[in-house]
Amino acid sequence: MTAYLLKRLAIALATLVLASMVVFAVLEILPGDPARLMLGMNASADQVELLRNQMGLNAPLAWRYLHWVGGLLSLDFGRSYTYSVPVIDLVRERLAVSLPLALIALALSTIIAIPVGLFSASRRGRAGDTISMGAAQLGVAVPNFWFALMLIYVFAVWLRLVPAGGFPGWSAGIWPALKSLLLPAVALALPQAAILARVTRSALIEVLNEDYIRTARAKGLPYRAVLWRHALRNAMIPVLTILGLQFAFLLAGTIIIENVFYLPGLGRLVFQAITQRDLIVVESVVMLLVAAVIAVNLLVDLSYAVVDPRLRSRQ
Amino acid sequence: MNLLDIENLSLTIGDTPILRNVELSVAPGEVMGLVGESGSGKSMTALTVMQLLPHAARATGRVTFDGIDILAATEDQMCALRGDDIGMVFQEPMTALNPVKTIGEQVAEGIRWHTKASRAEAEDRARKMLDRVGLPSAKFPMSRYPHELSGGQRQRVVIAIACALKPKLLIADEPTTALDVVLQAQILDLLRDLVAESRMGLLLISHDLAVVTEMADRITILRHGEVMEAGDTARTLSEQTHPYTRQLAQASMHVPARARPHGIETGRPLLQVEGATRDYPGRLASLFKRAPTIRAVDHVSLSMTPGQSVALVGRSGCGKSTLARMILALDQPSSGTIRFHGETITGKSEAELKPARRDMQVVFQDPYGSFDPRQKVEKLVAEPLHVLEKKPTRAERREMVAHALHEVGLGVSDMDKYPHEFSGGQRQRLSIARAIITRPKLVVADEPVSALDVSIRAQILDLFAELNQKLGIAYLFITHDLTVARAITDEVLVMHEGKIVERGRTSEVLDHPQSEAAKALVTAAPDLHRAIAQRMQEQG
Repeated sequence: MTAYLLKRLAIALATLVLASMVVFAVLEILPGDPARLMLGMNASADQVELLRNQMGLNAPLAWRYLHWVGGLLSLDFGRSYTYSVPVIDLVRERLAVSLPLALIALALSTIIAIPVGLFSASRRGRAGDTISMGAAQLGVAVPNFWFALMLIYVFAVWLRLVPAGGFPGWSAGIWPALKSLLLPAVALALPQAAILARVTRSALIEVLNEDYIRTARAKGLPYRAVLWRHALRNAMIPVLTILGLQFAFLLAGTIIIENVFYLPGLGRLVFQAITQRDLIVVESVVMLLVAAVIAVNLLVDLSYAVVDPRLRSRQ
Repeated sequence: MNLLDIENLSLTIGDTPILRNVELSVAPGEVMGLVGESGSGKSMTALTVMQLLPHAARATGRVTFDGIDILAATEDQMCALRGDDIGMVFQEPMTALNPVKTIGEQVAEGIRWHTKASRAEAEDRARKMLDRVGLPSAKFPMSRYPHELSGGQRQRVVIAIACALKPKLLIADEPTTALDVVLQAQILDLLRDLVAESRMGLLLISHDLAVVTEMADRITILRHGEVMEAGDTARTLSEQTHPYTRQLAQASMHVPARARPHGIETGRPLLQVEGATRDYPGRLASLFKRAPTIRAVDHVSLSMTPGQSVALVGRSGCGKSTLARMILALDQPSSGTIRFHGETITGKSEAELKPARRDMQVVFQDPYGSFDPRQKVEKLVAEPLHVLEKKPTRAERREMVAHALHEVGLGVSDMDKYPHEFSGGQRQRLSIARAIITRPKLVVADEPVSALDVSIRAQILDLFAELNQKLGIAYLFITHDLTVARAITDEVLVMHEGKIVERGRTSEVLDHPQSEAAKALVTAAPDLHRAIAQRMQEQG
């Protein structure tokens, strides 16, 4: 187990270092001078040069990379060119929206998908299976912004249960803040749940054909107990893999939903930073996301080992 | 009164009839043997008693267990019976246990479920049961996972699960088919003891007539879903009044007719293995520590002459297959040399190996798994032709495939079929055709008949014998089945823990084994003649 854990950790760290080099290098070769951008088109060459020196843009490449990495490690991400505030403050503010949103959506998706997958797999080929998998197909196919608009229409405009958009901030109290995240979370969770339900179903169907399921039934366990106690845990590995990928997507790939609901999330921050060439913000957020994805993958790898004892004793 | 009574049982799955008017009974303390070839409906009979049939199955007739009408019982009633009064053991121990649960959990689960015992009580009973089936706590703590156990040990766990609550009836469906003969004998002994201990009824299902004869008081012979003959084991098998019973018994003991083998005395050896050793690095125990090296094959030397038929016998895991892979140059020995036709084949590149590859081919155990289902027979059988010096034209290739098919008893029209259109025995013929198409001097056959029914097995053994006579092909048969070795080989090599511990003429070694390993194999191997004689004595 220790060997497995250490190996996974080493791989995660190596990936992180490599990714940081790639992110840094890509932004380095992009055209556009941040100093000129900050000062505007009318600034003189001398003024630009002065600012470039101040910002450390004239220093050697390796030095700048190490300086940047050092900054990241001490949570000093630099200052945004366009907002003129520390990037860390921007990110923190946006994460306060995006992280809870992603977690709620992920939880919803899991809560919906696993029972649907179990239901479908245990009624394979019968009406219940056909109906729920048809619904899942629909869930994958419906664009989530359209679904979001329908949700707004029903729950915000018609029933007036929740706000139609915007985010009051956590300072306004937990319940109002959660309420404004509820619809976007549902809109995000639906397609994810549909995918996850399909994966759960097919993983379960494969497991249900295994010999040990027959052994469990021969013990006298009713079908439902066999499903929950024996089949589900064995079907968890593909489900966990998809969950890991979905979390990474939910953290930053939610820009459309953020726009529909006027949420100040990470996705919109990155989008604005890219259009305004605020490279320091782009760099920092991309690195943050890379780190988050690697951390989630590490977590998924470790949960494999928790689920499957064979991985603990193998390398 | 009988414990289990099956009367007039018929079963269909969808529109396919599976069983027709099956009659069978098991009394307390009795062993009933249910024998038949694959597809005869043995397993479906067992699954009917358990009510674990596929959804589309419809059973009619009457199945009574201990006064309960099984076919009319509700699912709740069946859940109460399964694992409590009726236990079941399956064929494939490697996959019969849940890989993510400990063996303790899996044995205790049924006990807790049926007796509502506390976790501690259930675990205590599970521990005692594991001790009883030969898995003592010192070596096999409850916290072991299935993947940490061997096949024989896993089958003991499955038996512990099935017998944990002292069932009145145990159904064992091919419980030893996946195990080597020594393990088979141990598991059969265990089952016999469990029957004697608690007057449990045992329904033993097997395709192996010898195994059933050794074990069963009475025997039922099934074919195409119908009972051919039923009665006392001794009488049924000694008289063999029913033609199908006779056919099964003869096929089980079949020895192909072979004249004197080719070239045994001619000087130049075909294959020479000298001091071949294969080490595998131990697995990483922690980051800096490695478990000791595993020596799969340990200084093995052997030599074969052209046309000679040699058996390599031994228990599973003894290194037989590793040795075969090295002979076929699919694996490199860690040390030692292997010469084929006098040429060293160890440490050669693929290009240099081409002439040798042409002269040696392989036949595998599983005729189902060794063909690509999407390719036609012509392409599959022609596969080895790429090692020929000159690439044959399309017409030549068809010609050669047709010839090879003819030699194994298949027709030219079979060339354009797909593998799924053939039965198991025909598929094994296809793999033999594929092996002989390059006119090899040596064929290595790894358990070539162990997946086949006895009557098909007899035909395939005949085919091997015929090709040996006609084409002068030398065989290396890798098997744990001594009947096969006896039927078709001149010489036998007994392998144990990576070493060859005994060698000699097949009949001599099998009749008078000298080494411990050979003795163990010979005593454990089921033998129909011996089993019938013993039954006759016991049942008068």
